[in-house]
Amino acid sequence: MSVTGPKLQATIFEKSKPGRGGGKIPHPPKDALDRLPSDARRATPPALPELNEPEVVRHYVNLSQLNYGVDTGFYPLGSCTMKWNPKLNEWAARLPGFAGLHPLAPDVLAQGSLQLLWELEEALAEISGMRAVTLQPAAGAQGELTGILMIRAYHRSRGETERTEVLVPDSSHGTNPATATMAGFTTVTIPSAPDGGVDLDAFRAALGSRTAAVMITNPSTLGLFEARIGELLEAIHEAGALAYMDGANLNAILGRFKPGEAGFDVMHFNVHKTFSTPHGGGGPGAGPVGVGEKLVPFLPAPRVLRDDDGSFRLERPGERPDSIGRMRAFVGNTGVLVRAYAYIRAHGGSGLREVSEDAVLAANYLKARLADTFDEPYGGRLCKHEFVASAATIKHETGVRTLDIAKRLIDYGYHPPTIYFPLIVEEGMLIEPTETESIETLDAFADALIAIAAEARTTPQLVLEAPHDAPVRRLDEATAARQPNLRWRPMAGAETPCPD
Amino acid sequence: MPYGPHTDADRATMLARIGLATIDDLFADIPEPLRASRLQLPPPEPELELAARLQGLADRNRVDLVSFLGAGVYRHYSPAAVDQILLRGEWYTAYTPYQPEISQGTLQSIYEYESLIAELVGLDVVSASHYDGAAATAEAALMTCRATRRERVLVSRAVHRHYRETIATYFLGGGLLAEEIPLVADGPTAGTTDLAALERLLADPDRPVAGVIAGQPNFLGLLEPMAEIGRLAHAAGALFVAVVEPVSLAVLAPPGDYGADIAAGEGQPLGIAPQYGGPYLGILATTDPLIRQIPGRLVGMTTDLDGRRAYVMTMRAREQDIRRERAASNICTNQALLALAASVYLASVGPHGLRDVAALGAARAAELEATLTLAGAARLHPGPYLNEFVVRVPDAPAVHRRLLDRGILAGLVLAEAEPDHPDLAEGLLVCATEVTTSADIATFGRALAAELGTADPSWAAPPVGPAVAGASR
Amino acid sequence: MVPTDLRYTKDHEWVRVEGDAATVGITEYATSQLGDIVFVELPAAGRSLAQGATFGVVESVKAVSDLFAPISGVVTEGNEALAGEPELVNSDPYGAGWMVRLRVADIAELDELLDPVAYDALIAVG
Repeated sequence: MSVTGPKLQATIFEKSKPGRGGGKIPHPPKDALDRLPSDARRATPPALPELNEPEVVRHYVNLSQLNYGVDTGFYPLGSCTMKWNPKLNEWAARLPGFAGLHPLAPDVLAQGSLQLLWELEEALAEISGMRAVTLQPAAGAQGELTGILMIRAYHRSRGETERTEVLVPDSSHGTNPATATMAGFTTVTIPSAPDGGVDLDAFRAALGSRTAAVMITNPSTLGLFEARIGELLEAIHEAGALAYMDGANLNAILGRFKPGEAGFDVMHFNVHKTFSTPHGGGGPGAGPVGVGEKLVPFLPAPRVLRDDDGSFRLERPGERPDSIGRMRAFVGNTGVLVRAYAYIRAHGGSGLREVSEDAVLAANYLKARLADTFDEPYGGRLCKHEFVASAATIKHETGVRTLDIAKRLIDYGYHPPTIYFPLIVEEGMLIEPTETESIETLDAFADALIAIAAEARTTPQLVLEAPHDAPVRRLDEATAARQPNLRWRPMAGAETPCPD
Repeated sequence: MPYGPHTDADRATMLARIGLATIDDLFADIPEPLRASRLQLPPPEPELELAARLQGLADRNRVDLVSFLGAGVYRHYSPAAVDQILLRGEWYTAYTPYQPEISQGTLQSIYEYESLIAELVGLDVVSASHYDGAAATAEAALMTCRATRRERVLVSRAVHRHYRETIATYFLGGGLLAEEIPLVADGPTAGTTDLAALERLLADPDRPVAGVIAGQPNFLGLLEPMAEIGRLAHAAGALFVAVVEPVSLAVLAPPGDYGADIAAGEGQPLGIAPQYGGPYLGILATTDPLIRQIPGRLVGMTTDLDGRRAYVMTMRAREQDIRRERAASNICTNQALLALAASVYLASVGPHGLRDVAALGAARAAELEATLTLAGAARLHPGPYLNEFVVRVPDAPAVHRRLLDRGILAGLVLAEAEPDHPDLAEGLLVCATEVTTSADIATFGRALAAELGTADPSWAAPPVGPAVAGASR
Repeated sequence: MVPTDLRYTKDHEWVRVEGDAATVGITEYATSQLGDIVFVELPAAGRSLAQGATFGVVESVKAVSDLFAPISGVVTEGNEALAGEPELVNSDPYGAGWMVRLRVADIAELDELLDPVAYDALIAVG
C-alpha cells in the first residue's frame, strides 16, 4: 500500500521551453535600466526556467504527492513532536494585517502584532516558570546559542572568565555540543547512568570552577524524566554554573513541571514541536528562550515592551547596553509565532495540561504494546511522551536492523520513527506518538511493527530490501556524498535518467 | 482539548494496558517538591471566538498606508499560485526529509531551489538555506575565518545594520573580530564603501584579513564597486563575500561575475510576505573549492537501487547531529517551506518576469526621485541606485510622523535606524517596487510638499486623517 | 586475522614501518563500523604529529571519526588518491587506502602499540 503518490517528476529545468510563461508582471518602459552603469549590469540573463501556470502548478502538485506529511498520516518521530498542525493557524498567519506588516514599520502601526508577541511572551513565561522570554531566535538551535551566549555574558559580567566548559550528557541532541563550540566553549560529555539518567558521580566530578553551564534535556532524549533533577540543579548552582534546559521535550511536562520554578536559569522552546507550528519540510520554526532573573539584562535586543498607557513598543537601539545583541535581523519569526499564539489560546492552561497527559499516556500505551517485540533498554521505567525501543536482539538473531525495520514501515503506510538517536542506544528507535493520534492509529501502528518483527524472522529479505512500495527504493548515498551533484546542469542532469 | 481524539473510554483502555490506575500515576516520577504550580493562562476558546480574537489583533495593525519602506524587506507581488501550492499539507506538514524514499517532493524542490539560486548568483553551490539574510551573512563571515584560518573580517558600514549586529553576536564565541569599513563621505561615490580605507585596513601584516563583506546594492540603495572590492580582498589573501538582493540579480551583475567567493542574502523578495519579521529565507552560496566549508543542509541528486533518479540530503557528516562539537555550525533546520515559496515564485514569474519586476522598480524609483526632488527632498547621494535611495528631509523624524497621519509610510527614518551616523540624520531611506503606482508616488509628493511648505497652492495634498502617530513615536 | 606486518592502535589505525618511514591507515574493522567512506581530511606535508594527536578526519555517509597518529613523526605525504576515490579506504584499507606517510621520530613508540594478535583480540570482543 503506497503511502505516497508514484509520479516522479523531471526537474523544472527540463520542463522549460523558451517563450512559455509570462503574464504575471506588467512590462516596464524600455529605457527603465538605461541610467544604470553598464559595468554594473548583468551581461547574460539568468537561465531560469520558462513554464506556463498549468505546468508550474502540476509540477509542484505532483511533487507534493511524493511527500508524506502529518496531514497524510501518523508520524511517530521521537524528539520531533509531530502533532497536528491546526488549520485555523494557517488562516490566522495569512490575515493581511499580520502577513502584510513590514518589520520596520513604526510601532504605532504594529500594535496588533506587538500585542500578540507580548502576550505570547507572557504565556511562555507562565508555562516555563521563567521570568522573561525572547521571541527573537529563528529556530531551536538559534535559541540554544542565544541561551549559551547569555550565560557567557553573565559570567563575564562577574569577571569569571575562567569558566570555559559546558557539560552535556552523552544522550544530548547534537545541537547542544555544536552550540557550545559556536559560543566558544569546550564541551565535556557526561556519560548516562544505566537507568538512562545523568550519572550523578561523573557529573559531580566534571562540575567545577571551569563550568559555565550544564545543558540538560528534561525529559531526556530517551523520553525519561530526570529523577535526580533537583540534586543536579543544586550541584550546578553550588559550582557557580548556570543550568540550561533544552526544551525540545516540553510536550511531556506542560502543567506538570515548570523548569524556571525548579531552578533552571534558561531554556529554549521549539514552537514547531510543542506548539504545533508546521515543520514545512525542514523549516521554518522558531526557538523562543525563557530566562530567570539573573539573565534578563542579557536578553537579545530589541525586547517587546508595554508602556503605562497600554501601548506596545520595541526597545530602541542602545536602550539596554548589557544585551548580547541581535541573533538575526528584525524582531523574530512573527509569522510562525502567530501560529504558536493561536495554539496556546485554543488550549488554555487546562488544555495544555491535557496535551501532556495524553501525550504521555499514548507513549506508555505504545511501549506496553511493543514490550514483547523489541528490547526495552530502560526496561520497566515509565516513559514520558516518547520511548526508545531497540532491535538489538532482532539484529543478533536475524541480521535485520532498525534501519531495515524503518524502511519496511514505509510499505505499511507509516513514516518511520527516529532511528539511531540517541546515539547511546544500540539499534535504537525513538517513538513519539503525540497526543493527537487516536487509539485506533496507535494500535494499527503497533500491529505493523509486530508484523515486521515477525517478518524479520520468517522472510527477512522482505525487510532487508524495503521499501518496496515507495516512489523510490533505497538510495545510493555514498555516491551522492563522494561525487556531489548539488545543482542542475544540463550535462550533469542528463547522465541520470529522467523519470518516464 | 481542541485537537485531541481520546475519549474517557480510550484513556481507560490505555491505562489498563499500561497497568496504572490514574493519569496522575503517569507523572509519579516527577519529584513532589518540583511539581508545577497551576498553569495560569487565559481560558481556552472555541475556534469561532479565537478566530474573532485573532482577526481583532490583525485589525489593530495598520497595513493600509501607502508604503515606500524597504530597508531589507520589500513588497512584491506574489502570484496567486504560490500560496495555493504552499497550502498543500504534503508541503507544509512534512518533516525534514531524513527518510528520502517518502520525501522526494521536498528533496527535489530543495535541489531545484539550490539550482535556481545558483543561476541567479552565478556560483557553484547553494545551501538548502539559513534562517534569514543576517544569519546567512554571519555564517559567511565564519566561513571566511575557517577557510583562511584568520580571525579578522572587514564589513562595509553600508551592509544592513541588523546584519552587522548579527555578525558581532556570532563572533562573540570565537575570538573573532569584525571591523567596519567606512564609507566615502563626499563626492560622486559618497555613501559607498571607501576603497582607500579598505586598502589601508587590509594592509596590516600582523592582522591578516579572512574576509571582506559588502552589499550590492548596499543598505543605502547605492551600487558598489564590487569587482574592485573583490580585487583588493584577494590581493590581501582574503575571501570576498557579496551580500545580495535576489530580484536585483535579474538585472545586476551577479557575484560569480565579479569574483565573489561567497554570496549571502535575503530571499524574502522572492514572493514571501513581510509578516513583521519572518520567517524569511537566508541565501548562502559559494564556489566549489569552498564546498566543505558551507554550513547547513545540502541536497544532491543520486540514483536508487533500481537506477531511478532520486534526491537525498548529502554530505551529512558536516552537520551537528554527526559532528556534534566539531560541527561548523549548530544549524539543524533550513527554511524549506520558504525555499519552496521562492522556487514557485521564480517558476511563476520566469526570467523575463523577474527582469520586469526589477526594471519596473527601477522605473518607479526614478519617478519617485523626480517627484520628491520637486517636493523639496533631493537625494542625499549622487551615485547610481536600482530602486532604493536616501532623500534629505529637514526634521525628517517629525515629517515622517506627520506623513503617517496623511496615510503615507515614507520609508525609514535613518536618524533612528542609524543613530551614530550623523550625516544620515536628515535622511529617509525610500524605495519603489513594481507594486508602487504613479498615483502612490504623486500622493507622497504632494503630501511631502505640503509638510515642507513647498507645495503649489493648487496641488491637492492628501488630507491629514485621524492621528496614526501616537505621542511616543 | 589482520595483516601480520603491521601494528595497531586501540582506535583502529594501523602503521607499517620501513626504516624511518611509516605508512598509516585505518583497519577493515574501522571501515566496517563507519560504512561507505565519502571523505578523508588529511594534514599537509611538513606537519609535525605527536603520538596520539589527531591528524585528520574520516567521514562516512552517516558518521565521522577523528584519526589519531599511532606514532610521532613529520608528515611526508598524504594519499591524494583519496580525494577523488575515498572508497579506496573501504576496498583496500591496508594497501591503496593508506592515508599518510610519516618520517618516524621515535621508533621505540612502536612498542606501545598492539601487535596483530592483541588487535584481533580487541576487535573480537568489540
